[in-house]
Amino acid sequence: MAEKTVEKASLSERISKFREAGLLLFIIILSVIVQFRNGSFLTIENLNDMITNTAILSILAIGMMLVIITRGIDLSIGATLALAGMISALTVGAYPNLNPIWAVGLGILIGLGCGAVLGLIIAKAGVLPIIATLGMMYIFRGLTFMVSGGKWVSAHQMPASFKEIATGSFLGINHLILIAVVMYLIFYYFLNHTRTGRQIYAVGSNPESAKISGIPHDRIIWLVYTLMGGLSGLAGVLWVSKFASAQGDTATGYELTVIAACVLGGVNIAGGSGKISGIILGSVLLGILNNALPLINVSPFWQMGIQGSIILLAVILNALVKRGVDLNALMRRKI
Amino acid sequence: MEDLNKKKFSLTSFFLQWEWMLVILFILVNIVNINLSPYYFTFGGLRDATMTFLDKAFIVFPMVLIMILRDIDISVASIVALASVLMGYLYSLGVPMELAVVICLATGALCGFINGLLIVKFKELSAVIVTLSTMIIYRGIAYIILEDQSVGSFPEWFGFFGWGYFYGIPFILIAFVILAVVFSLLLHQTTFGRRIYAIGNNPTATRFSGVQVDKMKLIVFTLAGLMSAVTALFLTSRMGSTRPNVATGYELDVIAMVVLGGISTAGGKGRMLGAVIAVFLIGFLRYGLGLINMPAQVLMIIIGLLLVIAVMVPNLKPKAKAKTKASKSPSHQAAG
Repeated sequence: MAEKTVEKASLSERISKFREAGLLLFIIILSVIVQFRNGSFLTIENLNDMITNTAILSILAIGMMLVIITRGIDLSIGATLALAGMISALTVGAYPNLNPIWAVGLGILIGLGCGAVLGLIIAKAGVLPIIATLGMMYIFRGLTFMVSGGKWVSAHQMPASFKEIATGSFLGINHLILIAVVMYLIFYYFLNHTRTGRQIYAVGSNPESAKISGIPHDRIIWLVYTLMGGLSGLAGVLWVSKFASAQGDTATGYELTVIAACVLGGVNIAGGSGKISGIILGSVLLGILNNALPLINVSPFWQMGIQGSIILLAVILNALVKRGVDLNALMRRKI
Repeated sequence: MEDLNKKKFSLTSFFLQWEWMLVILFILVNIVNINLSPYYFTFGGLRDATMTFLDKAFIVFPMVLIMILRDIDISVASIVALASVLMGYLYSLGVPMELAVVICLATGALCGFINGLLIVKFKELSAVIVTLSTMIIYRGIAYIILEDQSVGSFPEWFGFFGWGYFYGIPFILIAFVILAVVFSLLLHQTTFGRRIYAIGNNPTATRFSGVQVDKMKLIVFTLAGLMSAVTALFLTSRMGSTRPNVATGYELDVIAMVVLGGISTAGGKGRMLGAVIAVFLIGFLRYGLGLINMPAQVLMIIIGLLLVIAVMVPNLKPKAKAKTKASKSPSHQAAG
């Protein structure tokens, strides 16, 4: 997108270049306003709390970004998360002496399995992502209820070592934050410095030419949904460990929040573009909103409406900026 | 168009239609249900069962149009909630119920119109993302209006929508059949309907042949909002009260019915009749499994599987055909 011979950059082009900076500025302004209204916002405890709460969201946002880059969407992640969380919670409930690492591994494995099935349906059978993920959402959600028999797994059924996964800390930093940071580093490297990572972008920006240039289109699509499933499985274990309860309806509707984080972070819903740095900021912005609105006495019943409006505005703004950039490019070509 | 599509009538292709598959499935479901529960096959039972599942079926009609247009609307359940909550809230404030019903319908139409407007004005945004965000917004407004309260105790006559009988037939069934006929005629017998198929097959070509694609989309999405409000009427009447979390997940049920009804997700294909059969198929399945106390979760899995299989089958077919063609043609050449 970056032109090398820019003579007169239009406003929208400037916005599109400094999208991350703009988002960061918006976050800072928001924080300052909230801080003025309520002094307990920018305290170490609250910030730590907020970032910990954002960690799971941002892990899921990585996977959702991959999916959206390939022009897809995944509505089943809330259900995958619940299924993986439930099965690992039941497992540690039955074998309390199990090393928590195995619980995490089991969760990721279940997530990968769910994602692989979903990916096969989308890549091989050519089913629209929205329809396939809606259907699988039903199935995963139903399976969650079935394996648990409709019961909850509550805190006293889980060994302390399992709850430690999310609440413990290493060198004074919460495990959740560490895991999220590690995930970000891995996926940053994967997306920007490996061949497969670049192929994901290629498939998203132009599936036809990607196919013609020999990129295994179907395999990339399958990979993306499998990775999304694996990340949801990881997030499921972390979620259950953090809230110390596994329920059949865990994270219902959470996929919308994850999509919101991606859209706010500048991931183009039409595919082909999206950055790790963007979705970190998007997730943080949503985290701040969720944390700050109650602090400045906004009724919790307003949150949903506000969140929805912000998503819509972000999407429309993205579209308008893109329009401006395209128009500018077109004008330059004519001259 | 008509002449091109008119093929030679053959018995095999007539019976190979998706609708016959649905009819066979429907009969199978009923046979299974009859064997599972002795209480299933009673006229009164079946008649009254329609009252419990037909409310969401009103959204199926416009959803068929939307999916033939290659779009999707996942905000319909939130429109149901918003229209229903607003109606209940206004009534609790002392607004006469007749006026509240009118406002409910108007709200639904307005919500649908907004969806349509956003989709038409921002063509680079897919209908998925637009209706996803309005889905959150509409339900968010419903929460702002009622918070965690519920409103109810509507006047006696309002219960007629959900519980009323007309010559021994549930009013909701009559309304459904009438609307089914109206929408079938609209889709299959009018220029409007032919244009919807044309847009679904090739939007650009249709626009260049002078069809106002944007206007058509606006009308169809507004219809979806209006029919969601109709669902809100019947649902609120049957439940006797309303809360902001009403109708959660209806969009999935509706899309499942439409896809099962043989409407292609790639646009341009499908008939109203298939969707109507699918409504009864899923409805009776749910009723029968409910009678034998099958947990709702098993039903979720069954519907999910039906949905995925229903979309996979037509997608797998053309590939198989292409393969047989490809394998045939070289042998043909060799023979020639």
